[in-house]
Amino acid sequence: MYLNQFLFLSAVLFCLGVYGVLVRKNGVLVLMSIELMLNAVNINLIAFGAFQDNVAGQVFALFTIAVAAAEVGVGLAIVLVIFRNRASIDLDEVDLMKG
Amino acid sequence: MLAQNIIFGILAFVMIVAAFRLVTTKNVVRAALFLAIVLAGAAGQFILLAAEFVAVVQVLVYIGAIVVLLLFGVMLTRAPIGRDADVDNDQRLVGGLVALFLLGALAAVLADAWGDDKISFGTVQGVGEVSDSIFGPYVIAFEVVSILLLAALVGAVAIARRD
Repeated sequence: MYLNQFLFLSAVLFCLGVYGVLVRKNGVLVLMSIELMLNAVNINLIAFGAFQDNVAGQVFALFTIAVAAAEVGVGLAIVLVIFRNRASIDLDEVDLMKG
Repeated sequence: MLAQNIIFGILAFVMIVAAFRLVTTKNVVRAALFLAIVLAGAAGQFILLAAEFVAVVQVLVYIGAIVVLLLFGVMLTRAPIGRDADVDNDQRLVGGLVALFLLGALAAVLADAWGDDKISFGTVQGVGEVSDSIFGPYVIAFEVVSILLLAALVGAVAIARRD
């Protein structure tokens, strides 16, 4: 198997995730797109780990999974607070810090 | 090798279609289920790459915990359980162009850098090697991740708590 087939798959998934983050305005859907991007990175890590016969790829993929779990927990808490304060999770309306 | 390539092709096709539907569907619950399909496909790719422990963790943590957490988020924010015309903003064209440009740039760089390098699977790195590595050279990073998870847990409770 070529290394590049995994890298291309990962690149396609990452770009779809970027599209989702840019286009979605529902907060939960944006979090899902971010998970898609993190997962694409994991495929890259594992593919390079197998390519170089190095176990570090798997170890760092595990760390990425842990960090993604932490990220989605805090992200959902923030989305819940936004919903509680504004009765909507439309991210286009969250512009309090806009200059 | 041929069988592995066929399985890779099937999994990759399913993953890309599900990921595309994930970012285009109007139904929030359906998006979460498409995310589960993509994550299960990624677990299959990990098994193809002889990383079975990461595949199991992927199913446990991503599909078991994160997708369920996202579904809880959908329920708690009372997202309509049905088609919702109002989940995209008006940047679809620009967003699509940015994503396509990024994909083109990544593909060019990857094709240039890793042209026809093959994965040889010299020594399979099993669970034993992974755990030796986590609790050997990477033990400090492991402890930092533990503290990070604890901090995120406490932080999530502190943020979402009603005062």
